[in-house]
Amino acid sequence: MGAQLRVYRRRIRSVNATKKITRAMELIASSRIVKAQQQVAASQPYADALYRAVSLAASNARGDHPLLSKPERPKRAAVLVVTADRGLAGAYSANVLREAERLSELLVAEQGIEVSYYVVGRKGVGYFKFRGVDIAHSWTGFSDRPTYEDAKRVAETLLEAFLKPDSQGGVDEIQIVFTRFKNRVSQTPVVLRIVPLAIEEEVVAAGAPITTARPHRPVLPLYDFEPSADRVLDALLPRYIEYLVYSSLLSAAASEHAARQRAMKAATENAEELIRALTRQANQARQAEITQEISEIVGGADALVAVTQGS
Amino acid sequence: MPLTVEMVSTTQKVWAGEASTVVLRTLDGEIGILPGHSPLLAILGDGPVLVRATDGSEVTARVNGGFVTVDSDNVIILGEEVTTSS
Repeated sequence: MGAQLRVYRRRIRSVNATKKITRAMELIASSRIVKAQQQVAASQPYADALYRAVSLAASNARGDHPLLSKPERPKRAAVLVVTADRGLAGAYSANVLREAERLSELLVAEQGIEVSYYVVGRKGVGYFKFRGVDIAHSWTGFSDRPTYEDAKRVAETLLEAFLKPDSQGGVDEIQIVFTRFKNRVSQTPVVLRIVPLAIEEEVVAAGAPITTARPHRPVLPLYDFEPSADRVLDALLPRYIEYLVYSSLLSAAASEHAARQRAMKAATENAEELIRALTRQANQARQAEITQEISEIVGGADALVAVTQGS
Repeated sequence: MPLTVEMVSTTQKVWAGEASTVVLRTLDGEIGILPGHSPLLAILGDGPVLVRATDGSEVTARVNGGFVTVDSDNVIILGEEVTTSS
């Protein structure tokens, strides 16, 4: 076999092996999207009940809760950036990081707010480290399958930073930058402000005349709070923030898998294309070899004929 | 009219069904919820939640970091972790 042909065959084999890997990763990612979506759906009843309870307590609590009221002059904001632990997911992490940069530019330039970064995922940690940006806290190892415990750890750190006084590096605002999973084809990086919280007080004020209530919604009765509305709200709000972090992590995980699936699909297709081109070149090389062999044989036979006739 | 009871944790709906009584412990002490209970939103304390279902069975649940809301015979128990044993 000619040297040229051997080289082509070897390259085809190697591209084929790569294609098998990318194909497998594509299939894995695609099954994990479904799993992440199921996780989101499974936590929905909890979210609904929690949100209702929070809005109930918020509308009945007397004091202004620090997690709900906007500070007059916010000085520092915590920005939680949710990126991937691994690459091979196209522009997934890059898009989130670009959004985070845009947000911090906005905060610093327009509102004079300092930004301290909290990062989930190795890609984000690497990005900020490389640029010499300080990271207040980082978590790695669960970007592709977050659990509630992970979210709780993140939320606790964020709340701790919020409750610290300004002089010790406390923050007045908490924002999350993550990728919202709309569907398998569309995921967009978004910014979600979790503190100060915006709670819709959907409960009709106590003692309001029935006529002011909207006709389709039954008037919510006066609730008893145990121990008190303020204490219940105190206990509920951290849970609610944990849940917000949890749902952002889940949405980010689903988006990561979707991005990886797309990237790997493209890689598989490119490999196929490459194999097609290489096969054609290999065939050409094989043909050329055969043609050359034939002309060598014919040339040899001709020479023999000439020699025997000449004698 | 029986109570409609739902127990939800962060990861799933743990139990749902109709019950005649729910006994649980709030921060202030143990309370029993019967149909017609006044609207309530309470923090759960330490202690099991006992649900007597209308089909006669009893469900006991351990709730970690939980709350209970009662509103026109709908009882919702939500907790970070909810484990049941009947």
